This record gives sequence, structure tokens and C-alpha cells, in this order.
Amino acid sequence: MPPKKPKSAGKKKPKGQKAPSPPPIELPDHPEEIFPVVLTSVTQELFACIADEDVTSESPYKLLKKADIIEDMKTRAAVSDFSPAKQKVLDYPEDEILLVFDRDFVYGTCFYLVVTLEAKELLITPPQPEEEPVEIEREVSKTPELKEWISLGSEVEIENESVRETREKLGFMLRVQRKARAPVCFSDRNAADDKHGNLGCPSYEDSRFSIKWIQRDCGIQAAPTVQSSSAQTQWKCRKNMCTQYKPREFSEEEKDNILQSERMKEFCNSVILRMLVALQQEEIMNVFHDDWKALGTALGSVIAVAFTEKKEQRSKESTSPDVRPSHIVFFCFSNPYEPQLLLECPDDIYSFQFCPSDPNIIVGGCRNGQVVLWDISGHVTHLQRAQSSGKKVSANTDTFELDDNKESKTPVVRLCAVSAVESSHKAPITDVQWLPPTFEVTRMGIPVENKYKTSVQVVTCSPDCSIMFWDVRLPKLLNQPASVRKQSPDQKAEMTPFSVPDTFKHLDRTWKPLCRVLLPNIKTSGEYAPLKFNFQNYTCNENTDRIPEEADEDDESSEIPRDFSQLRLPSDKNLTTLEDVNTKLYIGTEDGEIVYIDWKLEKDESGRLHSTKPLNCFSVHSWLVNTLPRSPFFKDVILTTGGWKFAIWQEGVMDGPIIVSPSSERACTVGCWSLTRPAVFFIGKDDGSIEVWNLLEKASEPIQVHAHVTTAKITSITPWIASPKQHFLAVTDELGVIHVFEIPKKLCIPSKNESVNLKIYFELEKTRLEDYLRREALWETEQKEAKELTNQM
Amino acid sequence: MAEVEETLKRIQGQKGVQGIIIVNSEGIPVKTTLDNSSTVQYAGLIHQLVMKARSTVRDIDPQNDLTFLRIRSKKNEIMIAPDKDYFLIVIQNPSD
Repeated sequence: MPPKKPKSAGKKKPKGQKAPSPPPIELPDHPEEIFPVVLTSVTQELFACIADEDVTSESPYKLLKKADIIEDMKTRAAVSDFSPAKQKVLDYPEDEILLVFDRDFVYGTCFYLVVTLEAKELLITPPQPEEEPVEIEREVSKTPELKEWISLGSEVEIENESVRETREKLGFMLRVQRKARAPVCFSDRNAADDKHGNLGCPSYEDSRFSIKWIQRDCGIQAAPTVQSSSAQTQWKCRKNMCTQYKPREFSEEEKDNILQSERMKEFCNSVILRMLVALQQEEIMNVFHDDWKALGTALGSVIAVAFTEKKEQRSKESTSPDVRPSHIVFFCFSNPYEPQLLLECPDDIYSFQFCPSDPNIIVGGCRNGQVVLWDISGHVTHLQRAQSSGKKVSANTDTFELDDNKESKTPVVRLCAVSAVESSHKAPITDVQWLPPTFEVTRMGIPVENKYKTSVQVVTCSPDCSIMFWDVRLPKLLNQPASVRKQSPDQKAEMTPFSVPDTFKHLDRTWKPLCRVLLPNIKTSGEYAPLKFNFQNYTCNENTDRIPEEADEDDESSEIPRDFSQLRLPSDKNLTTLEDVNTKLYIGTEDGEIVYIDWKLEKDESGRLHSTKPLNCFSVHSWLVNTLPRSPFFKDVILTTGGWKFAIWQEGVMDGPIIVSPSSERACTVGCWSLTRPAVFFIGKDDGSIEVWNLLEKASEPIQVHAHVTTAKITSITPWIASPKQHFLAVTDELGVIHVFEIPKKLCIPSKNESVNLKIYFELEKTRLEDYLRREALWETEQKEAKELTNQM
Repeated sequence: MAEVEETLKRIQGQKGVQGIIIVNSEGIPVKTTLDNSSTVQYAGLIHQLVMKARSTVRDIDPQNDLTFLRIRSKKNEIMIAPDKDYFLIVIQNPSD
């Protein structure tokens, strides 16, 4: 028998029976708790532990009932495989014994029994580790069991921290030694009185609690988000490229196809309306037309305005003797806000006029009675430039050297000549006019022919009761030395930028009037104070076949008629008298009278020259006479405005004005005739309104009243024709504003036979006047007779 | 064909009209009253301008569209009426 066999055989044998041959006690080569067993297939079947079927290497454990094993051992006695383990089985405390299939024959047999409880437990538990976590969970959900508290030393800390009475509280009773019922005095004591009265606990910085401020230096650099860098490449393959192209076009058939398509028809229909509207718009009106610019170019001219001080300021200024320089300002329409030229004058200018033969020469009458001359020939180009450019005028850099802002300054023209103060008027010059180039006047006032056909003489009037004739030429007696005379004209004509043109240098400050006409009063002694005058313009009939007179030696420079310094007053005898010049003046005076006087001086008995008595004087206006314009159509018709009326006079009618207007509410300040219509004239009022009168339509009231054209008194009205279609009226007011109006066509185009009708009208009025006067005289005589009759009675 | 002719005649009858060009949407002239070189030049340049103008109008408001374009120059005025497929270009000399 193999050594193992006896063991199993030993198991099989019942206990009481002695084995035939006690198996040699072999040292078990297995742990005590393990009992290897060999199980035959029959046994395996019996206990349902067939190897590799019921029990495998994965589940090698099988619990066998102890009772079954004992029964098997009883039934099969020695044959039972369990007999060697009989004792162990019997000793086994539990009812079930673990049988383990040992595939690997660890203990020598393919099965073994686990005979101790601990081993069984151990064998069972390790192979079932997965059951443990489940068991733990089960533990957590259970309510915790009360356990013994294990001290870890925390109660010691608590004990240390807690405050406990170490001893019993002691009690004291104190009694103050004092008399009973003594009065008690309670008082207040300020805690601040005593040093120790209060103890403050100010807060202080405890160094133990300071927070250390740790600084660390670290550098930061800002990196740009944008970085540009460039690289250069070599143009290795030099090749110029160009493209040539040709416009795409349709062939004829394609074009025809398109044109005939439906789409094209629709297109045409939809588009035609828009296009026609746009085309017609163009025809109707040009929206881009700049009216103001067109106005400027149409006018093409410059307006010159003399600005004077207002009345109120004048009174102030009269006390202070210093004279303020004032200016005549030239405006151009292309730049209405900036003056183009300034003519400097020593005092306010009340009246000025351009020379008819030479528009570069201007004469002005000052407030202090002096006559002033300017020559703007140097600035004419400047003005023309201003007109044409229409932009901000930049002064010619040659003209001003000392001015810093050359571009913004307007050129100032200094006066050429000013009359001698002693010989000027003693009162402001209210009117100044050039004599027409057709005639000139001698010292006696006799009109003679004007050889050079230039205006050389000026007439001025002033409320100092005199009218003066001035000549811009020097009298013969004041001949300049030959050297000066022989100066070449070129030198003279050239002007240094700063200096004043030398045109009238000969006159400067020494200018004396040619002759003086006084205005003695007709009825009383005394004189009239003229404000405005008007003489008839003489258009001479030239006798071209006249033999030219022998010229004076001074008249060498006749080629340059402008050279006034070389001109000399001709001696009276050389020139022929012009007989048919009307030498009579109409004068409007301060008192509202119209005086008709002949300016020719007469020699009275003593040989002195004196003025003739006025031929006529009428007091029509109640106030100052403002204007005396002569009608441009009828040489003998004059309009006078003043006070609250205006009157129309005809030269030759000595009895009075042929037409007198009704008194109006506002004072008439200016009057002027229309340049194109004989019967139309404009009256300006002191409330800033303009009345348009048409004598043929209505004689008693204006046909149009443009009320409140400005808010101030209208100081002057001047009509101007720029083009046959454009007629303008320039109106100035007391505020210093110039208004330019366009005269509507209705007032420009004369009606049929207007002048003829007007002439008839004037005739009618004349006869009416005569009739009236006659009747008045008649009535007067009747009155006288009646008076005499009553006196007699 | 007759429609086109009629349109051209009506436009030509207006005062100051110097030339008329009908251009398709790509800028190729279809019908013209001017000479070839001017037509081609006008067509090419104006086509680009109209495209730009139209895209401008539509960018600002997608519901909007260009209906008419007028270019006023010193010497004349160019009027362009765009449509879906074609443009009509008219050059007029406005009377001052």
C-alpha cells in the first residue's frame, strides 16, 4: 500500500476496529489543518464533487455534510475514501466540512479536507474579498454604536484655559469713619482735571502683529501686439509684365437680339419717364446758378460809399479839436463784406464825385470845408482783380511793406491834394461836382471852351453861403521852375509804393478856388446857405473845323492830358466863350428855399467882382433841401426834395414849381430819377421806406411804397444800369448799410410815348400854375379893393 | 426694336442732349448715338460708378435701391437711369 493509502484507509476503517497493519506514523507533509484525501470516482459521484465537473480550479471548495461522510464511512467501511480521516471528521465541531479540490496536487492528492475551523474560515474569507466593501457599507448605514470615549489629551487643554475660582470669595465690610448725620456734599469732578483721573488706552501699533510687506523686484516688459518687419528679396527673375486689353463688344447680331428682346422693351418703358423728367428739369431751371455771383459779375462795378459820423457823435467831436480820419470805402460785389479800397480823408466826406473824363480821379468835400482829391490809378488793377477773382483779395505785396498782415488789409489810398484851409469853405462842403469836360469856366465865371476835353474844374457849395469853382490846374503865375517842369513824365508817373501819386502835388495845400460866387438874399440882406446845387450839363457841339489856337509853351505835354501839373490855366483871352452854356444854377438851401442864380460874376461900379442877385427864390420846402436831381430825359426838369414835400421844377418857369407833391407823413430825405423811365422817380423817406412815383399814373401818391426797406433814414439812392436786363438801385441808410435792389422790369421799361406824354403833362401843369398865379393875383387885387372899400366906409 | 427707337427719339428731342448710350449689366454698350471710342469709355467708367453707387445705397439700407444717378460737371451733365439688366446713359448740356 502506498503510504498515502494507509491514511485514507485508516480513515475508512472504523474506529473501534484495529487496522490490520497500523500505518506507520508518518510525519504529515501537510499542515495540520489540511488533510489530503483521495476520492474515487464513485465517492465523487456520491458527494457530487466530481473532479473538473462539480469542483473546478475556480471553485475548488465544497462543503460536505459531516453526517454524510460518517454514513459513507459506515456503509462502505474500509472502502470509504474518508476512512483515513475518520477521526478528524468525527472531531470536526461543525456539521459541514470543507473539501477542497486541489488540482495542482499541492498536498499530494487531488482533494483535501480542511479539518479546523480557523483554516476553513481563512480559506473561505480570502477568496471572498469582494464581499468586504459591501459589508462596510452596511456598517455605515447602521446607527453608530455608543462607544467608550478615548481621551486624547484635549481635556487637559480645556482645563488649562478655563477660569476657576481657586479659593473662596472673600468678603469685606468697610465703614467710613465719620460723624453720623453730617451733611454730605456731593460734587462733580471732571475726569480731565486730575492727571490720574482717567486712564486712556490709546491704540498703538503692536509690532508683533505687523504684516511684513514683502517686495519683490521683477521686471515686466510690454511687448507690442503689432510688430512690423520687412524682408527684402532679390528680384531674381527680372521680367516686366503688362496687360493689354480691349473692350468687350457685342457683334451686330447680338445687339439686334438684345434690342428686340422683351426685356429691352420693358426697360425702355420703365426708364423713359425718369429720364425725361430729369432732362426737363435741366431746361426749366439751373439749380446750381449762383445768383449772388451772377449779380456781381453782371454789375462788374464797384460801389463807393462815403461814411460819415452820425449826428450824435458829431456834436461830441466838435468839442475836441482832433480830427478823426475817415474813409471812402469801395466795395466790390464779388466780396460784399470786405472793402476793396479805402480812400483816406482828413475828415468826414459829405459828398464826392468821380471825374467824368477820368474815373481814377475823385474829388471829395470834407466836413471842414476842404476839397480833397484822390488818384486811384495805382489801385485800379487791384480793383479789377477784386472784381474778377471774387475771392479774398490779397493786397499786392509791393504796395505795403510795413504791414504785417498784408493779405487782410485793404489798400488805403492817401489823398493827393487838399485845398488850402484858409481859402476853403468855412462850413462843411455839402455838394461837390465836376464840371463836364465840355466846358470850363474862367475867373469871371464865364464859360469857355475846354481845350482838352477833360474835366478840370470842380464846383463846391457849402452852407457858408458860397459856391466855389476850383480848377485843378495851376494858374500861370505860379509857374514852377523849368527844371521841375522838364521832368520826364515817366518819372512822374511812377509811384513809389508809399508815396501818394504826384498827380496833384502842385495843388497840395495851396489850392485856391478859381472864383467864388456868393448868394445874396433876394429880398433881405444876408445870404442863402446852399446845401445842394444843380447846373445844366452842357453837351457842346464841337466845331471840328476850328483852327486850333496857338498853344502856350506850357502846353507841350498835351499828349498826356492826365498830367495835370503841367496844365496851366489858359489866359482868358485865348479861349472862346461859349455862349450857349446855361450858367444858371438851381440851389437848395438850408431853409428850404430853391434859389435860381446865375454864377457869372459881374463887375459892379467900383470894379469889384461880385455875384449877381439871384433871379428867383422860392420857399417850397419847409426844411433842408436834400437833393436836386435833374431829370435825365428833360434837361430843364428838376426834382427837389426836402422837408415833407418834393417839387418838380422846370427851368424857364419862373413862377414856381410846376408840381408840388402833397405833404407826406414822413420827411423826404432823398430823391432820384429813374434812368430809363422819364416819369418814374424814387423818393427815400426818413423811416427807411422807398416810394416809387409815376407821374403819368398817379400824381398824388406813389404807385409803390416799399415800406421799411431799412430801419434807419435813407441817406442816398443811386440807380445804375448793369445790363439791359438788369437795373439796380443802390440805397444807403443811416446805419451804414448799403442795399442793392434790382428794379423790376415794369419800372425799367418805359411805356409807349412816355416822354411825350410827360412833356404834355408838364405843359399842363405849367399852364395850371400860371392860371393859378393869375387867379391869385386877381384875388389879391380884389381883396385889396374890398379892403379899401371897407376903409373908405 | 421699335420701342428702343422711340425711346431714343424722345430723349434726343430734348434740349441740349449730346448723346445716349444703352449699356447692359456688364457694361457692354448695346446701343449708342456717340462714336465708338467715347461710347466704350463712357460705358466702362460709368458702369463701375453705377455699381459702386448701387452697392452704397443698398449697404446703407438693403430695402433701398438706386433709381437715378446724376453727375453734374462744369461742361455738361451725365444722367444714368439703372434698371435690372440695362442702364440708360444720357449726356446733356444744360442751358445756363
